[in-house]
Amino acid sequence: MTTATAPLLSVRGLVKRFPGVTALAGVDFEVRAGEVHCLLGQNGAGKSTLIKVLAGAHRPDEGEIRSNGEVVTFANPTAAIHAGVATIYQELDLVPGLPVSDNVFLGHELSAAGFTRRAETRRRTRALLNRLGHSDIPADRDVGQLSAARQQVVSMARALSRDARLLILDEPSAVLDQDEVRTLFRVIRELTAQGVAVVYISHRLEEIREIGDRVTVLKDGRTVATGLDAREVSTAELIRLMTGREARNVYPPRRPLPADAPEALVVRGLALDHGPEIDLTVRSGEVVGLAGLVGAGRSEILEAVYGARKPSAGTVQVDGRPLRRGSVGAAVRAGVGLCPEERKSQGLLLDQAVYRNITVSSLPLFARLGFLDESAERARSAALTSTLDVRPSDVDRIVRTLSGGNQQKVVLARWLLRGCRVLLLDEPTRGVDVGARGEIYQLVRDLAERGVAVVVVSSDIDEVLGLADRVLVVREGRVVHEGPADEIDEARVLDLVMEGTAA
Amino acid sequence: MSEDTATAPRSAPPTPRASGVTTFLASAPGRNTGLVVALVLLCVVGVATAGDRFADLDNVLTILRLASVIGVVSVGMTFVVTGGGIDLSVGAIVALSSVWATTLATQGMANNSHWVVIVFTALAVGAGCGVVNGVLIAYGRIVAFIATLAMLAAARGLAEIISNRRTQIVNVPGFTAFFDASVLGVPVLVLMFAVVAAAGWVLLNRTTFGRRTFAVGGNPEAARLAGIDVRRHTVMLYTLLGVLCGIAAVMLIARTTTGSSTHGYLYELDAIAAVVIGGTLLSGGRGTIAGTVFGVLIFTTLSNVFTLNNLSISAQAVAKGAIIVVAVLLQQRLARRSTA
Repeated sequence: MTTATAPLLSVRGLVKRFPGVTALAGVDFEVRAGEVHCLLGQNGAGKSTLIKVLAGAHRPDEGEIRSNGEVVTFANPTAAIHAGVATIYQELDLVPGLPVSDNVFLGHELSAAGFTRRAETRRRTRALLNRLGHSDIPADRDVGQLSAARQQVVSMARALSRDARLLILDEPSAVLDQDEVRTLFRVIRELTAQGVAVVYISHRLEEIREIGDRVTVLKDGRTVATGLDAREVSTAELIRLMTGREARNVYPPRRPLPADAPEALVVRGLALDHGPEIDLTVRSGEVVGLAGLVGAGRSEILEAVYGARKPSAGTVQVDGRPLRRGSVGAAVRAGVGLCPEERKSQGLLLDQAVYRNITVSSLPLFARLGFLDESAERARSAALTSTLDVRPSDVDRIVRTLSGGNQQKVVLARWLLRGCRVLLLDEPTRGVDVGARGEIYQLVRDLAERGVAVVVVSSDIDEVLGLADRVLVVREGRVVHEGPADEIDEARVLDLVMEGTAA
Repeated sequence: MSEDTATAPRSAPPTPRASGVTTFLASAPGRNTGLVVALVLLCVVGVATAGDRFADLDNVLTILRLASVIGVVSVGMTFVVTGGGIDLSVGAIVALSSVWATTLATQGMANNSHWVVIVFTALAVGAGCGVVNGVLIAYGRIVAFIATLAMLAAARGLAEIISNRRTQIVNVPGFTAFFDASVLGVPVLVLMFAVVAAAGWVLLNRTTFGRRTFAVGGNPEAARLAGIDVRRHTVMLYTLLGVLCGIAAVMLIARTTTGSSTHGYLYELDAIAAVVIGGTLLSGGRGTIAGTVFGVLIFTTLSNVFTLNNLSISAQAVAKGAIIVVAVLLQQRLARRSTA
C-alpha cells in the first residue's frame, strides 16, 4: 500500500513548550499517502500535543511541518483543514440536535444566495456516507440519536467533505465495541485505498497490528522510534520503547477465596425498564467481571446497583441489608463505591485539586460541626496518593492536568478513603496507558484481598478474564453465562456475546 | 485538555510558572489585588474630581451603607452562582420581604409587639421564596434562569398587591433606633454586611457545605455519583440566598424607614455583576466571597463618584457595563495564562 513517493506530511524537530513544561522535545515522523501510520506512546508522551499542533490548535516553538514537500504553518484549525489535515478527536465535535447532513457541512454550508441548499446537502452527504460504506445512516437523522460508532463515521464524512487527505484519528476505538471496530477498520482500508493517509492513535497493540502500516513511538515528547513495520515489530519491543522496561505478566495472580467469605453484594431480580431480570452475588474478597458488547446493558446494571438509575424491579443487599431503590446516598452510606465509565464527565471535579476529589465522598470524616480540617484532608490524601503512586504526588494539583491513569487512581483513592465494602468499576482502564493498567489491576487485586467485593465491567474481554475470579457474560441485558474466569477463554466469550446479536 | 503537556516531567513542579506579574494576577490573592487596584484608582479619580466632598468621612460611610444592602444579596448570589445556578429574582424577593414585613408592622401588629417580628417576617418570606426557587429548579427540573424569572415577576407582583403600590412608613419604636445606630463610629448596617461577608467566606471555604457547593457547581453528575445529594444541596443554596434577601430587606427598611414594592429594583443585575467581576465563574465550580465584596465596593464607589460629579444615572449604567466587559475579558486572559 505504501509507496516511495514524497511524503504527504513530514514533521522535523518539532518542539512545543508550555510554561514550565516541554510537551514536545523533538518529534520527527512522516506520513505517506495511502498509509495508516500509528502513533504510540503512554499518556503524557506528547501525543495529544502533537495532534493539536498538526490540527493547527497549537503553534510549535521550533521545527517544521512540510506538506507535499512545502513548508507550511498552520496558524489556526481552519488553515490545517484547508491544507487537507482533518482531526477526529476522542470527544466528537458534532452538534446534537442537528441532522447528519447539517453536521457534515457545518462551517461550509452549501448555499445559494444565502439560502442553504438542503436537498443538495443531503445528496452530497449520502454520497460521502456511501463512500465510507455506511449508506445505512440516514442523512436527515438527528446526530444525537446515533450510536458513538456512527457519530464517528459522520465525523469522518465531515473530514472528507473538506477534501481531507490526512485523517488523524485520536483513539477512535475507545468508544467502540469489537464489531464496530471491525467496521471502522473496513472504512479506514477503503479510505487508504483511495490515497487518503491516516494517523491512528490507540493504546491497543492488537489493533495497531491489524490496521497499521508503520509505527512511530513517542516517549517524553520525543520520537524514540519511527517507521517501524506495524506487523513485524514485536510487542515486547514496542512496550520496551514506550516504557523503557520489558513487558511482564500484566494481571496479578488470583488467590483462592476463603470458603467462608460472606456474601457482600446480593442482587436479586434486578430489572431495568421491565427488561430481563439479573441476579448477581459477589462475596467479600471476590472480583466478578461483566463481559459483553457496548450497549449490552452492563453499565446500566452497575448504575442500578449503585442507585444512580432506578430499576423497575428487584432488590440490592449489601452485607445483608437491603438498599433503598434509586438512591446513590443510600448506596454510598452502605459502603458501595462506583468508578464511572466516563471518568471526566461523571467521576471527577476536573478543575479542582486532587485532595478535594479524593475527600468529596468522605467529607464528614474531616468535619467538626461542619468545619473542614483541610490539613487532615491533605495528609490523608497524600498518604493515599503515595500508596497508589499517583504522579505527580502533589495533592494540590488540579486533576485536569493528570494523565488518564493517574486520574483513575484518584477516583480509586476516593473509595479507598471511604473504606467501601463493594466497589463497582466501569471500564477501569479506558484511556489508561499500558504501564498504569498493570498498577490498576494490582490495586484491584489488593482491594479484594482486603475483603472488598469488586464488580468489573469492561469491553476488553481479555481484561475481564485476566482480572476477575468469576465472569458473567451479558447479552442484551441478560446473563447468558456465569462461571470461573479461568475456565473460559476469549473466543468462547466472544462466541457467547455475538450469538443471536443478528436476530 | 492538555493531559500530555502537564504530565511530561515525572517530577513536575506544583504549578507551571509564567512570568512575574501576570502569574501573580492570575493567582487567587493576585486576582483580589487587581480588584483593589481598580478600587484605589476609582478613589483617586473621586478625590481628583470631587475633592473633599469625596474624601469626607460621611461620604465614605454613605458609600459603605449603600454597599451593605446589595453586598448582603451579592454574598448569597456568590453561593448560588458557585453552585452552578443563577437567581434573577433577588430584587423581587427583597421587595416582597420588605412589603410583607412592613405591612405586618403597620397593620396587623399592635403597638405592644416587638420589632423583631418585622425581622423574622422578612427572613421567613425570603427563605420561603428561596425554597420555592430551589424546589422548582432541583425537583421540578426547571432551568434556573426560567424558574427565577417566574419568581421575579410573581414576587414583585405579589408585593404590589399586598402594598397596593403604596409606600409604608415604618415608625416602630426601637427598630429604626437599633439599625440606625453606630458601633465605634461604624453604622450597624455596615457591620451587618461585614458579618455576613465574613460568615459567607467561612461557610464557602471552611465547611462541608461550601466544599459541596464547589463540587455541585463544578460537575453536578460527578458530585451525584460521589454520593452528594445534589438536589437537596441546590434547594439549600437558593434558600440561603432567600434568607440573605430577607436580611437585605430589613436593612433597606431601616435605611429608608419605609417598606415598598419598588425596593430592590434591578438588584439581580447589580448582584450578578458584582459576583462576576469579583472572579466567580458563571458556569459554576469557582467562587470567591472576597472578590464579590470588592465587586460591590467598586460599583458603589463608581456610582458615588458619578453622583458627586453630577453625572446622570444613565452615564453610570454605561460605565458599569463597560467595567463588566473589561473585568471579564481581563479574567479570561489571566485564567488562560494560569492554566496554559
